[in-house]
Parts: sequence; C-alpha cells; structure tokens
Amino acid sequence: MTMFSSRNWREYPQRYRLEASKFKKSGKAYLPPRSVDPKTGDTEFETVRLPDTGKIVTYTIIRTAPSQWGDEAPYAVAITELVDGTRLMGQVTDCDVEAVKIGMEVRIEFRRVQSEGHHGVLSYGYKFVPKWY
Amino acid sequence: MRDVCVVGVGMSQWGEVWRKSLRQLFVDAALEAINNSGVDRLDSLYVGCMSSGLFVGQEHVGALMADYLGMPGLPALRVESACASGGLAVRQAFIEVACGMSEIIMAAGVEKMTDCSGSDATFALATAADQEYEVFHGATFPGLYAMMAHAHMDEYGTTREMLSAVSVKNHKNGAKNPAAQYPFEVTPEQVAKSVMIADPLRILDCSPITDGAAAVIVTTEEVAKKLGKPYIKVLGSGAATDYMQLAQRDDMTTIKAATLAAGRALKMAGKTIKDVQFAEVHDCFTIAEIVLLESIGLYEPGKAGPATLAGETALDGKFPVNSSGGLKSKGHPVGATGVAQVVEVYKQLTGQAENGRQISGSPKIGMTQNMGGSGASSVVHIMEVA
Repeated sequence: MTMFSSRNWREYPQRYRLEASKFKKSGKAYLPPRSVDPKTGDTEFETVRLPDTGKIVTYTIIRTAPSQWGDEAPYAVAITELVDGTRLMGQVTDCDVEAVKIGMEVRIEFRRVQSEGHHGVLSYGYKFVPKWY
Repeated sequence: MRDVCVVGVGMSQWGEVWRKSLRQLFVDAALEAINNSGVDRLDSLYVGCMSSGLFVGQEHVGALMADYLGMPGLPALRVESACASGGLAVRQAFIEVACGMSEIIMAAGVEKMTDCSGSDATFALATAADQEYEVFHGATFPGLYAMMAHAHMDEYGTTREMLSAVSVKNHKNGAKNPAAQYPFEVTPEQVAKSVMIADPLRILDCSPITDGAAAVIVTTEEVAKKLGKPYIKVLGSGAATDYMQLAQRDDMTTIKAATLAAGRALKMAGKTIKDVQFAEVHDCFTIAEIVLLESIGLYEPGKAGPATLAGETALDGKFPVNSSGGLKSKGHPVGATGVAQVVEVYKQLTGQAENGRQISGSPKIGMTQNMGGSGASSVVHIMEVA
C-alpha cells in the first residue's frame, strides 16, 4: 500500500520526540496522544516528553515477517514499561535476538524503523537498545 | 424483548477453495441455511466480512450478497469488527428480531483469503491491529499473541506442553468435522517441533488462512415453531471493546473484552458460567484459547493451561471446548468464523454433530465467543435447546 509522507509526518512529534499527552486528573501519559483519558474522561492534558529508559515486560521474535522487514527477520519486538509507567511497543535492536528477555533494561534510541510502501518512504522512530550496550 | 431463535444453518466448503469466488462461497452457505430452515423469505441480511476490500478488492458486500442470493431489494448490511465480524452480524440479527422490527433474518459471514499473495493476506489481517503504533514497528498477528503468550508464561508458568495440548485437542475434534480445512490429528511432538513463527508460537499454534462462508437463520420462536425444523434459543448476546494496543491494556494476560462480553451475555441470559456446558471460543492461536477460558470465567487465571493438559476441555471432558475443531483445525475465514461458531453450537444442541463429534449427555446450554484483532473487540452468545 502506498504510504504518503503526510501520514508519516503527522506522527513525527510522537515518533521522533516521544511527545505524549499527560492528563491532569489521572497523571497518566499516553503515546500516541489522546484527546480523552479513557480512565477518567478527562480532556485536560499537557504535552510531555516521555522518559527514555525502561524495562521489557513482554516480547517476541518475529521469524516470519511482513514484506517491509522481509530481509531483517528474525527481529525482536517488545513492550517496554518506561520508568514513568507508560508502555510502548517497538523493536529491540543492537543485540542478539536470543538475548532479549522479560525484565531486560533498555533505553530508547532514534532509528530508522522501516522503508514503507512502493515509493520507499523512509520512516524513523524509536527502538529499544539494551541499557548496558 | 422478543425471544430469538436460530433455525437452520449452512456452511460453504472451507479451505483453499480455488473454484469458488467471494460471492459463491456466501451463496453456497446461504442457500443451505435457507433450505435447512424452510423459510420462504428474508426480511433482512447481515454479512460479517472483515476485509474483502484488501483480499479481493471488493467492498459493498451487503448489496452484492443480497443480489446474488437472488434477492435484490432486500435490506442488507455488511458488519465489520475484524475477526469478530461474523459474531457481530449474528448479534445485529438478534437485535433486529428481539426489538420486533423484523421476523426472519439471515446472519452470514464470508471471507475469501487465498486470491491474494500470502504477504498481502498478512497485511490485510494486520489492519486489525494499530497501524501506526503496532504494525509500524513490525508486529504481526502471531507476534501480538506471542507477546501475550510470553507474558502469560512469565506470570503463571504456562508451558509449551499446555500450548501444544490446545492444538492437539482441536485437531482431534476437527478430524471428525467434514467441514474442517485441516481434518487430521497432530501429536504434541509435531506441534513442538513445527516451524517457529513468532516466539514462542509455532506454525501448529496458529490458525490458517481460509476461504469460507457460514450462515444462520435468526427468527422468532413463533416462526421457528411453525417451520417445524430443529431450532435453538439465543438466551443472551454480549459485546465489548478494549484498548486497541496491547501495550495500553492493564493486563496482557487476559482479554478484558471477552470478560465483559461474556458477563453481559450471561446476565441477559440469566445464567452463570457454571450453567454453560460447552463452548466454541476464538482459538486464533493456542494461547488465545487458554487466555479466553480464563477471561470468560471458566478457570482462574493460570489454570486453563493445566486443565487443557489434563483433558478437561476435550470432547469427552467435563467442559468440551471447540468441538468443531476450532479455528485451528476447522479454518479461519475471518468474517465467517463467528457465524460458524453458532453453526457448531446449533448442531451440538440439536444432536446433529457429525462423525462421532456429538458431545455426550445431550448438553442443554452452549456458548460462542468470537473476537477481533488482539482482543480489542469480542462478542459472546449463550444458546439453549428449545
């Protein structure tokens, strides 16, 4: 499917700068940002930058990949709980996929995520790298 | 609300059905349901279909299906909620009969998944997940359930043997189902050694890509009685949604939408889970069946895996699950699955399950649980013998 760069561009604040909406009542942050807090119905929020360290809470190793990542498989995808409690999904990189474990400490780095669509629009965003790396 | 019944069910051939188109699969199932029920008209049609636009480039399937059923003019609507489309089509028919608006409705589901490449099919299925924050990062559907599996294993000690037991059981049931795509048995060793798709899930943990359709006739008890054919009552219908992203759910070891949907359906039926005697649940992956049996309240968290291993959910167990073979063995044409679950419960409750697949002891109450995506939507129905 053709990926238009406007669709990519719209996500820059979240993907490039980890901008999240943090709600007044609950203090909970969401990425991507939401207009309404599902926990409280609150619509008052401020835009914050999420912390860039956390711990893997679950993961998988994708062996059979969609065409965009065909030549990169196997690769690890994980859900990381950041130090403020926000959870994000992303790829784990800069380590052997077999080394990825629940509880592993990671930090977020800015990386190329994929080359998407027939026109090969390059998409950047966050990936997780082992904290010790 | 009026009482609602299912009278007459139909299924097309399921599998890689190269000779049949999207519309023909639907018509085959629809005509069988009409013939089995004996109805001489329909008041409206609901068609569950997840992604005909991406699979075969065809939208507007409500009108197309009414047309090729030979009923242009019939009110018809396509229902979409990813893999829960079929179950929600049944629910829409239930609502329309219950509220008194119509008397005789067809709830059908159809998907034609093998007219495109495997990579295109994978893309189409992945549209049921969050495109910008899950699929963007390379997550696949097996990958999302694999993450649930790792979380469940970490939290409760669920094992490879327990996952394999789900696949082995469902294939054993499916081997007795003439409609199944893969009607053969598998051994725990075969499952454990099958190719890895997304750790810890292997190919024999995953439901297949399938062409197929299913249809049921939903009507009032008055009409069902007059038709003189076997019928069942739909006692309760429940639906729910959850956060789309797995990462945003409070607990990744449970499917909250299934808990809510089951609770609502049981409440409407005036029953508890203890009254239900068997179920068709959405085993798109082996871990899903384990998580779902806990989510609907049949087992405490962490107990469904050991129970499966002990044979409690086998055809001759105390609570048979997926007597049809489930999505794993019967196949998973995504839009049709939820309707086919009702077909199986109808057959079991009316004593028509084929080839020794009939649950012994003439069960009186059965449940269907259908779900979309990684569990962001779910629909449950409770049915009883008439």
